This record gives sequence, C-alpha cells and structure tokens, in this order.
Amino acid sequence: GAAIVMSQFKFVNEMNNLLTVEGPLTKGPPPRWQRKGQENQSMNNLSLNSSKQKSFSTSITKTPTKTGGSDVVKTRKTPSKTPSKNKSTRSTTPTPNKAAKTPVADRFIPARSTSNFDLAHYKLKQEDNTMDSPSKKELQRVMCENLHGGDIDSVKILSYRHKPPTAPEGFQNPMRVIYTQTKTPASVKSNNRYIPQAPDRILDAPDIVDDYYLNLMDWSTNNILAAALGAHVYLWNAGTGNIEELLELQGNDYVCSLAWIQEGDHLAVGTTNGTVELWDCSRAKRLRIMDGHSARVGSLSWNSYILTSGCRSGQIIHHDVRQRDHMISLITGHSQEVCGLKWSPDGRYLASGGNDNVLNIWQSVNGNHHSQNQPLHVFTSHQAAVKALAWCPWQPHVLASGGGTADRHIRFWNCNTGSCVNAVDTKSQVCALLWSTNYKELISGHGFANNELIIWKYPAMTKVAELRGHTARVLHLAMSPDGSTVLSAGADETLRLWKCFVKNTTKSKTAVQVRDKPSLLKQCIR
Amino acid sequence: MAGVAQQSKSTITLKGSAEIVCDYLNFGINSILFQRGLYPPENFQTTENYGLTILMSTDNKIKEFLSTSLNQLKEWLIQRSVNKVALIITNVKSLEVMERWDFHIEYEGNPDQPGGQVSDKPLKVIKNEIRDVLKQIASSVAYLPLLDCLCSFDIQIYTKNGIELPAEWSEAQAAHVKNAQSVKMRSFSTNIHKMETVVTYKNED
Repeated sequence: GAAIVMSQFKFVNEMNNLLTVEGPLTKGPPPRWQRKGQENQSMNNLSLNSSKQKSFSTSITKTPTKTGGSDVVKTRKTPSKTPSKNKSTRSTTPTPNKAAKTPVADRFIPARSTSNFDLAHYKLKQEDNTMDSPSKKELQRVMCENLHGGDIDSVKILSYRHKPPTAPEGFQNPMRVIYTQTKTPASVKSNNRYIPQAPDRILDAPDIVDDYYLNLMDWSTNNILAAALGAHVYLWNAGTGNIEELLELQGNDYVCSLAWIQEGDHLAVGTTNGTVELWDCSRAKRLRIMDGHSARVGSLSWNSYILTSGCRSGQIIHHDVRQRDHMISLITGHSQEVCGLKWSPDGRYLASGGNDNVLNIWQSVNGNHHSQNQPLHVFTSHQAAVKALAWCPWQPHVLASGGGTADRHIRFWNCNTGSCVNAVDTKSQVCALLWSTNYKELISGHGFANNELIIWKYPAMTKVAELRGHTARVLHLAMSPDGSTVLSAGADETLRLWKCFVKNTTKSKTAVQVRDKPSLLKQCIR
Repeated sequence: MAGVAQQSKSTITLKGSAEIVCDYLNFGINSILFQRGLYPPENFQTTENYGLTILMSTDNKIKEFLSTSLNQLKEWLIQRSVNKVALIITNVKSLEVMERWDFHIEYEGNPDQPGGQVSDKPLKVIKNEIRDVLKQIASSVAYLPLLDCLCSFDIQIYTKNGIELPAEWSEAQAAHVKNAQSVKMRSFSTNIHKMETVVTYKNED
C-alpha cells in the first residue's frame, strides 16, 4: 500500500461509500440470480436506486482527476515526499445504512465460488494499514535524515507568519531574456552604408579551445592574423591568403593568449605552463621564453616595450622584453583569473578584468610604460567576469567593458574621473568589444542565445546591426588594421570575417583576397 | 561591517559570528531574489559590500520580512538551536515548490569556552569566503532554469525540537522540489558557525 496522504481522504472516503451502497458488507453482495429474483418484489425502489447509483458512479470517475487522484500520482513519483503523520483524523467507518436497498446494476461475475467473501470483506473493512513494514520505516527514516538533517520528528520548521508580498500580477520574469531572445528591429535611424548580413568569408578553426577566459586571436598592423587553435598557432596573411603554422606546444599544453607588438612582427604567446614566449614571426623564430607566472597566462597586452601578462592566479606581471631580467613588477589586483587586459592607446592606463567580477584601472608610472602597483580605480559594478575591454581610440580615457552571463552589460568608464558614464543591457554574455574609428561605432560579441555580433552607434548606444551566423557562442573579436573588417571566432570552430566598417570614400585595397591553395586552415566561401 | 561585536581587535564573539552569518544571509537572499527574477529589477538598488556590488530590495515589506526572520535567527544561532535556513520559491498559482536554497549551519569550536566562545579567524578572511559564495550565487544563473511563472518566496528555519514558538511565527511543512537537482556551493566559516549553501532546483526535462 502506498503512503496515504491527507488529501487522499476524500477519495478513500468516497470509495468506501461506494461499497456501502451495495449494502452492508456482512456477507458481500448476494448472487445475481438471487437479486434478480428479488427485483420483481421491489420495483418501487428501482428508479431511486438506479439514479442514486448513477450519481455515485459518476462522482467516482471524476475523483481521480481531482486533486485527490493527482496526489496519488504525486506520491508515486516523489518518494521523497514526507509521509503524512499516521495520526490521521479521518474516519473510515462505513455508514451502515441502506440495508434494505438491493443493487440492480452490477458487473457480471461468472463464478462466485472462487471469491472468498468473508476474507475479502474483512480486508476491505480494515483500517488503512498503519503498520509499515520495518524495512519501509527504515527507508523513511533514512530519507528524512538525508533531507532534513535529522529525524523529522525531532526538527521543527518555523516561519514568520507575515509573508512578503509577491510581484504584481502579470509580472514577467526579467531573466527570461537570457533564455530566449527574439530578433529586435535594428535602429530606425537610416544608415548610409550597407552592412552585409552575411560574413564575407568563413574559415575553419578546428580544435579552437571553447574557453571564455582565453584570448586566442590578434590581428597585426602588418595585416597578419594570429590564431591559436589548441596547441598550435597559425599565421594567416590576410593580404595574400597564405597560412603557415608558427608553433606547436608540446605535451598537454595549449595556447592561452596571443598579442602582437604594437608595430612590427613580434608576437607574444601565453601558455598553460605559465610562460610567455616571444616570437619573431618574420623569421618564424622564438626569441625568448619568459616565466614568472604560476598558472596559465590567459591575457596579454603591449605598451611599447613592456609586455603585460595576466594569469589564472590573478597576478599581473610587467615584462621589459629588452632586458635579460625581464620581470619589472608583479602585482596582485585580482583574486581570480585575469581574463581581460588592455593598455590604453596613449599608454596612460591599463585596464584589467577578472573572473572575480572586478575591473581595475592602473595608472602608468611617470615616464615609464609599466603600471603602478596599486590600482587607480577598482570597479565592482559588473556582476560577472569582465573579459571584454576596449579603449576608445578618439577618447583615450574612455573604456568600454563587458560582463559575462550573469551581468550582460556593457559599461563605459571615464578613467580620469573614475565614474561609470553609461551602462547598457545587451541581454547576453559579452565576450569582446571593439571600437570603429571609421563610423564612431562599437561592436560587441555575444553568446547564448543568438551568438551574434551587435554594432552600436556611439554614444547613443542604439543598435545599428545584428550579425548572426555563428552556431555557438562568439569567443573573440579582432579588427583588421584598416578598420574595415571584423573577425569573430566562435565556439562553433569557425572564424567569420564581417566587412561591416568599410569606408565609403576609399575602396580598401587591402581587402581580403582568396588564394586557391590547400592549407592547414581550410577555406570555404559561403 | 556594522555591528560586529569584538572583544579585542582580532577576535569575534559568538554574537558577532551570528551577525556575520545573518548579514551574509541578508545579502545572499536579496541577491537570489534579484538573480532569479522574482521581482522587477527597478525594485533593487546597489550596495557595496565584501568588495562586491550587491543588489538589495527596496521594498519595505520584503525588508521587514527579512529583518524579522533574520533577527530571530540570530538569537537561535547564539543558542545553537537552528540547523538550517531554507529559502523556498513557490509558484503562486500551482503552489508548486520551484526551487529551494538551503543554508546549512554547523557549529564549531567549544561552546563552553570560559568567558564566552570567541574566534580569532581574521574578519578579512571570512569576508573573502563570503564574497566567493555570493559570486557563486550570482553566477548560478548559468545553470538554473527560468522561473517562468509568478513566484513567491518564504523563509523557513529548521530548529531543534523544544524551541519556544515566538509570537507571530508558525510551524510549516517541509518543502520538496519535484525532479530535484542539487548544487552545493562553497561554504564559509567564522570558526564558530559554518554555513554551507545548497541550491535545489527542478530538473528540466
């Protein structure tokens, strides 16, 4: 027998009533042939009986669909439900009445000789079994202990009587936006330019590590894109279309970050073993390996000859790559992985964002290119990891930052005054931000649900375009040196090139060309 | 932090520890109310604490309910008579329990310390531990299902038997989540009280 829940009382009661309609169960119902014989004698009662019976039968069929019945289903599905206390207050003594009534409608039982009416009657009349088997009791006790941390009978559950109010009727959960998104109409403002909705090209990026906290793409001023796929770094010459493999890390290591020096062919590579490698890509030669970090180096940023690296430990190191003793300083500004790291274009400020939701602004030391040991500003407004960081090219003290899934906001900071000047809810995880000088716009990369890039008009922050196509979240963004094309790297193992910032006046001659050459990164034109 | 009673600069008293726990619960519960979308975001304002920006409800009734519940809890924490605090989120229409946040309490140290129980765990360390849990709560949105219905919340305190029922309090039933999935978050400890946070939610089919 399943545990009886209080609300099943009604059902059981009606069940019992049904049985009593057929007369007191002293001996069970008389055989049909006998009743048929009596029928003729009680014609008067016939109509009454049948109508009464009908009402009862209909009520019984209804009950299973009411709460009584559904509770039966519930208890079966959730054995963890607390069995009701056995001091049940319901009474199941059937009403001994209607003795004279004889049932007319009855189901046909071919042979009653096999029915033991006395035994059946006894069992039916018994009170619901309050004696659970010992193993069942033990099970219940153990379940109670697990759920409530103690025998339920020795624990009281108390609650303040005056409950808090609920949100008003019709209120819709605002968090809905991170689960579903419908396409919002782009800004009504007319655009003079045509922004293609499809990428200009899609490149294959097999084995790209699907890790939000890494920074695996960088596009140099010499128009070479460095892409880290797993343990490999590839260089794609966007002008000629040529692809070559620069390096492959050994063992289980993989590349965590890439950063081109501001002008030139030097590439910094951050690895899982805490080292930063410096490569001269014009000769495909490694110049040095700089250690100092205790965990993977997921972020890098150059300020002239200073290379700043951010680590999973939360530490930031400034390296002077010209010196033999490269480590200038080690600063601790984060308690978790430093996933965003960007020097301002004028070299005055360093922005660092961490998985601890903190955004630190560091000031450079006077006359030097490394930063002070204490942050100038500590911003904690983001409610999630701060990876997306981008300094405004035409207002070098303005920083745009983007937050992860629990935050979804783009925030703008005036780093001279230390204030947040604007915050925009993008409704999706922000993985990267880039500014466009050509149009005074901002482009952001997003994750669930649309995996899109959004172009915003600055400073109005109205949407100019939404670029869709990635079938998994966007992880990184990089911009071509002429500012016309944005590359997005997605967890769907594709790199997509969007020609969204092409200047009207001058046709860019450095437009991306296709070379029909078999290469490591497969190219496909869609 | 306001109101932490300390005997000397570096020790925390039993009362202080209870206050730390209740402060955490206040911020944690507010954060949950915001993150789960139970109330309009306009009803929240930001405050800074533990090195974090936390959103707290501005609704007076909610604030009153929380402060009454937590003040009573503080007393029981000092008496060592509470095992667990549960934040229940219920579907208003169907009365189904959608989610339950359990804050388990463990008592540490020697309660019979002469002069009253004290802890010399640095407050900064405790605050850092609390900050880590609060961040975990905020990021739990990544896996918790959408509460796509009008929901209400309630606070239940699990006490030992034999506790006197305070005025305006009543006994409640344990709330169970169907098809439950639980995630244990980080715990923090003052060396007098240890608090572990667990969220139980409905597994989506």
